[in-house]
Amino acid sequence: MATAEDAGERTRRTRLIKGPGMLLVWLYGVMVVGAVSRSAVQISTEFAHAPLAYSLSAVAGLVYGFITYSLVRGGETARKAALVCCAAELLGVLVVGTWTLVEPSAFPDATVWSDYGMGYLFIPVLLPLSAMYWLRKGSR
Amino acid sequence: MLDALTVATAIAALLLAAWCGWAAYRDQPTKDWHFIGMAVVSVLALAQLAVGVVQLARGQKPDQGTTIFVAYLLGALACVPVAGFMSLAERTRWGSVTVAAGGVVLAVLQVRLYDIWGG
Repeated sequence: MATAEDAGERTRRTRLIKGPGMLLVWLYGVMVVGAVSRSAVQISTEFAHAPLAYSLSAVAGLVYGFITYSLVRGGETARKAALVCCAAELLGVLVVGTWTLVEPSAFPDATVWSDYGMGYLFIPVLLPLSAMYWLRKGSR
Repeated sequence: MLDALTVATAIAALLLAAWCGWAAYRDQPTKDWHFIGMAVVSVLALAQLAVGVVQLARGQKPDQGTTIFVAYLLGALACVPVAGFMSLAERTRWGSVTVAAGGVVLAVLQVRLYDIWGG
């Protein structure tokens, strides 16, 4: 039984959504829906009000979407791609978070990454950290 | 919006989160009883969608816009069932954690719904 499973495991792609990975997919899924729908509404209705903030939310949504897709797809390439995106995401949260604090005038309205994601229970900061931890562990 | 229903849904969602969190703490996957709990919470979210649509049909307007209001209502309805299906695919404690996270997300959505409707 165990050997048959092992053989199957080797031919298939590395599953990234077992165990804690499932929770990550769920949280990333929530962030995708949140960021994409939010920016879609804002860009289509009031883009001129805060173009920078809304564009950044849209970018965040795309990054989240790609990471979610990579996690679900699985495999070594996807794992590496997701790892890179998580690093980019973390960098984005930190840069945009600092930016919103230093120069609030550039942001008449909030982005997903404003104040390090405070409006989203700091999930935007915590998520890439836990995801990177999980993805690095998956390599062993 | 019906405040009592919003509060009831938020509390039910948090109870579900605590219950599934407890299951995860004891290293258990979600079981039939948990799914009944998820069904109850989902029915509350469905009732909320119905009430919201009826109130919109009567000509009442949410403070922050109809589109956002309906989007949040749909999100609230989908939230727990999606987490439930994911816990079916992940028959370990992590499935329970996922449903617990779903409950917390739904509770947050209730707070936002309250704000969007305008108190």
